[in-house]
Amino acid sequence: MSIVKRRSGELKAPTKMTDTNLLTMITICVFVAMYIFAVLFLKKGFLKPQTFFNILNANAALIILACGMSLVMITGGIDISVGGVTALVSMSCAVYLDHKGGSLPMAILMAVGIGLAFGIVQGYLVAYLEIQPFIVTLAGMFFARGATTIVYNKPFNVANEDFVKLKATRILIPYMGTYNKRGKYIPAYIEIGVIVAIALAILLFVLLKWAKPGRNFYAVGGNRQSALMLGVNVKRTIFFSHLICGLMAGIGGFVYFMHVGSGSPQHASGAEMNAIASSIIGGTMLTGGVGNIIGTVFGVLSLALIQNIVSSAGLDDAWWTGITVAGMLCIFLVVQSIIIARRKKANAAAAKQ
Amino acid sequence: MANNNAQPKKAGIAGLFRHQIMIPIAALMLLVLFNLIADPSFFKITLGNNSDGNPVLNGYLITIIDSGSELAILALGMTLVTAASGGQDISVGAGIAIAGSVLLRVLCGTETSPETLHAPVIVAFLVSCLVAMLFGAFNGSLVAFFKIQPMIATLILFTAGRSIAAWINNNQLPNVNEPSFSYYGTYIPGIPIPTPFFIALACFLVTWLLLRFTTLGLYVQSVGINEKTSRLNGLNPELIKLLTYILLGLCVAIAALIKVSRLQTINYSVIAKDIEMDAILAVALGGNALGGGKFSMSSSILGAYVIQFLTTTLYKFQVKADALPAYKAVVVIILVVMSAPAVREKLSMLIKKLRSEKPAAQNS
Amino acid sequence: MQKDSLLEMRGIYKTFPGVKALQNVDFTLKEGEIHALMGENGAGKSTLIKVLTGVHVKDGGEIFVRGRENAVHINSPKQAQALGISTVYQEISLCPNLSVAENIFLARGKGIGVNWRNMNKKADELLKELGINVRGSQQLASCSIAVQQMVAIARAVDMECQVLILDEPTSSLDESEVAKLFVLMRKLKERGVGIIFVTHFLDQVYEVCDKITVLRDGKLVGEYEIEKLPRLQLVSKMLGKELDDMADIKNDSPTFKKTDDKPVYEGEGLCSSEGISPFDFKIHKGEINGFTGLLGSGRSECVRTIFGADKVTGGSVKIDGEPVKITKPRQAMKYGIAYLPEDRKRDGIVGDLSVKDNIILALQIKTGFFRPISKAKALEYANKYIDLLDIKTASVNTPIKSLSGGNQQKVILARWLLTEPKYLILDEPTRGIDVGTKVDIQKLMLKLASEGMSVTFISSETDEMLRTCSRLLVMRDRKLVGELTGDQLNQNTIMATIAGGDTNGEQ
Repeated sequence: MSIVKRRSGELKAPTKMTDTNLLTMITICVFVAMYIFAVLFLKKGFLKPQTFFNILNANAALIILACGMSLVMITGGIDISVGGVTALVSMSCAVYLDHKGGSLPMAILMAVGIGLAFGIVQGYLVAYLEIQPFIVTLAGMFFARGATTIVYNKPFNVANEDFVKLKATRILIPYMGTYNKRGKYIPAYIEIGVIVAIALAILLFVLLKWAKPGRNFYAVGGNRQSALMLGVNVKRTIFFSHLICGLMAGIGGFVYFMHVGSGSPQHASGAEMNAIASSIIGGTMLTGGVGNIIGTVFGVLSLALIQNIVSSAGLDDAWWTGITVAGMLCIFLVVQSIIIARRKKANAAAAKQ
Repeated sequence: MANNNAQPKKAGIAGLFRHQIMIPIAALMLLVLFNLIADPSFFKITLGNNSDGNPVLNGYLITIIDSGSELAILALGMTLVTAASGGQDISVGAGIAIAGSVLLRVLCGTETSPETLHAPVIVAFLVSCLVAMLFGAFNGSLVAFFKIQPMIATLILFTAGRSIAAWINNNQLPNVNEPSFSYYGTYIPGIPIPTPFFIALACFLVTWLLLRFTTLGLYVQSVGINEKTSRLNGLNPELIKLLTYILLGLCVAIAALIKVSRLQTINYSVIAKDIEMDAILAVALGGNALGGGKFSMSSSILGAYVIQFLTTTLYKFQVKADALPAYKAVVVIILVVMSAPAVREKLSMLIKKLRSEKPAAQNS
Repeated sequence: MQKDSLLEMRGIYKTFPGVKALQNVDFTLKEGEIHALMGENGAGKSTLIKVLTGVHVKDGGEIFVRGRENAVHINSPKQAQALGISTVYQEISLCPNLSVAENIFLARGKGIGVNWRNMNKKADELLKELGINVRGSQQLASCSIAVQQMVAIARAVDMECQVLILDEPTSSLDESEVAKLFVLMRKLKERGVGIIFVTHFLDQVYEVCDKITVLRDGKLVGEYEIEKLPRLQLVSKMLGKELDDMADIKNDSPTFKKTDDKPVYEGEGLCSSEGISPFDFKIHKGEINGFTGLLGSGRSECVRTIFGADKVTGGSVKIDGEPVKITKPRQAMKYGIAYLPEDRKRDGIVGDLSVKDNIILALQIKTGFFRPISKAKALEYANKYIDLLDIKTASVNTPIKSLSGGNQQKVILARWLLTEPKYLILDEPTRGIDVGTKVDIQKLMLKLASEGMSVTFISSETDEMLRTCSRLLVMRDRKLVGELTGDQLNQNTIMATIAGGDTNGEQ
């Protein structure tokens, strides 16, 4: 110790930002920068609050899915079944409401139930039978997609009255509206799904930050063996991460259903990849132990924003969306990996002192 | 720990039974048994003529070895990638779309349905190989140099690949009219066995030679198990990882040739859809750890054909293509659960318990 | 259960597939006692500890803990914690992604909320009390290994444990840190805590412990008062044989006569990305020299630079007088240099590969990609070295990870010997392995040198180096500060050189 002290003087201990916070900061900065860029150079309504709210409206479901995904990724796992579950939930609810004359509350219950069932089964297989999460949830995805077409194999719009009413419900935001050319006030609004998404995101954020079970997710993701030695119930923690992710997929599925108002086997195709991409852009590491719900929410928004910007910029061809999303993911991954590598080096140097 | 004598000697037949190839073999046995009971005609092979009047073999088994070819070829590369980098390439389906698109671009130029080919097939194939290997190198360098988890690194091309494929041909769907181009994906006149099977066999042979006459296997495994040690022993782990991704790129180009040749055209959003999942399943079913390290190539190949066997069986039982994944998923889960170490342990404990209870009961 | 006992284990059995890890082992820990648990690698120490901490569940026997009427069943680490049994493991078992404070308080206490401010404050107080120079809010990964170890102990201390298990806690600490730890241990002892201390360092056992329990091959050898068991007897009890082997190694300082003017290896102004000051180094044919210094003084970094294991940032190298470039391990191997790394698990073994593949690995890489070693040849090599080094393994195809530490080390040694190096670098080859193997490795080193191989040896145990090296290079603060030969080769001179001129700086 004496040598260390002589080298570096008194109590150094620089309180560096944790990996989680650093990555979240980057994401938020990038989002803000992109928005400013859009406002300054594209001008096509990016200044209107409603443009932002529309991004929220369209991506409420993805926010919910991505939050669940982040949780699983923080524990070091992955769940690629969320897109499939979303499609299955939409289709099941659609068929239940229209073909079977079911009631809306029961449909919601069913959506939650489906999500929970996936979460429990996958969680059990991953946590207690110790099967790789990728394989388990891959099968889950296959199953959900297949089951969707078994439930009903054609897309159709739902006509159930209660549901249509619910779908059309808009929550007006005061003072945020704009006046159109004729001077008529158009109020700004968000859909119910956005409220659900924000509520869930806050709930999860609080769980992860200020609840002991929440910190266990980080511990397990950081070092599973250590977490076990420290007295964390590792299996139960992993089980719950999948359970919550499944639950979120169920709720997210219903929010998605509320937004699109139809059932289709093609629904939410690639949603799992978008959810993973959002989590990563939001600073969640697939290696586990690092991640943050706020970052994830901004990850979803960044992803949506870049797609918006690209189409506003006139690159309307279908393939541009795919390419830009991929490009963005690529840049974020590379930046992250460089930051992490630098940090590791700094930490290793600290460890050697 | 004193595990010096923990590992009982594995040898002979007992050794084979403990080998990971038993997992796909057991799965195959189950499928065969199921089909034997359900409908033995599954195994019937007949000689008939196709629409061009050439003799061809028909039957479900032929279908399996025919349409399983692309999967088996991909499984080769996927096994190496998995072993070296401890992750999987999920962009192979998109890669096939890109390679196929390049193939058609070279063959057809900018025309949608040219009378004559603009270039010999071999040239087009080599160009598409090059492109696919470049994309493989892109994935590989993200994984090797930027240390990004493979699934995530390849997520980029997974997302963008089909868009890039469409962009290469300006969203056109070129059609090849030259009949000889179809030989690679269907039959060469006079030979009743589908060509893809031969292509797959050739790939197996090359892989076998590669593993036999180079040290690729040892290098890949040691990089996959312990990168630091490998480096200190003079290996360049980044290069090895990159190499496996480039090799997978080559496999992708070959699979793309077969796929495009079958159709004589391409559909960017549908071609080789979900094949990455099947390829990963093939590796997993082969008993290879998806976390990297030791691998068995023959198990992966067998795994690929088992997956195809399953697909074909399901088709035979009138399962719709869309619903297929659900059944596949159930089968996969059963297989994986059965082979999970935790389950095996519990089972063997149960058996032990039953055995020890029996004598106890007899004694009392 | 006796009145002053904190813990009594009676007739503990534990079996793993193929191994009887523990057979009828008794262990008693009294109040305010520091109790050493000794044994060779594979003797069953770790298993006993894991049974006690609930990582493994015992197959038979009884465990009594103070405060409980009946025998307790410990099925999980959490249960062990609840019974007041805390452990600090050899490998740091904390979560690097969390803060120091979180690592101390994780999975503890009532309630489900996390009060960050309160937690950080409590952690800071605790760390200050124990004299650990770190803040609670700092991320664990940014602390030095020694501090991480101390944090683990702080956690255990804070859990008000009655039984504290320290499983090789000192292997990554330097001397002053060890001293600090001992102060801490004695403090806890006064509080009435019972400490089970597992270590390979005999000095440390005799410095702090009250009692010794010796295990061998999963069986209890006996429990002894420290005064009644002199060192040599302890070693012979651990080995299970009388100890004339140790005497074989000469005790006087080795001398070395140059046979050739050109050094085998000569480096000038070498430095690497790991931040060591440029140093010069040379070694002659048949010479054994060594780097010494405190942990973290840069001795490992020096040899890593020689081998090109880290990024080499400067310096020139001559092999047999010819200038060459060595920046990668591959190049070093080409010139006949071999390097046995410090961290066996991280840098040495390829865990899932067989013993055979591990042995041929370096040679295979040296021969090249297109010239694989045939199966027959590989088998021959493997068997040759298994016999030569007396590697205890079930077969050549056993995965190396299932071997004991000492045998793994021998396999890695075999790997490098197979490449027939001119110059062999051994970085801590004797760390964490049993006494018998340590002696074997030292003897082997002397034999190889007498056959003309040059050897550089690093060890934390100075007497090992004194027994073998004819020249010692002393490191301090990542600088080469001295070179000792001949009469200078004694403990006192080494200590003085390591400590340096201005001892005022010591605190």
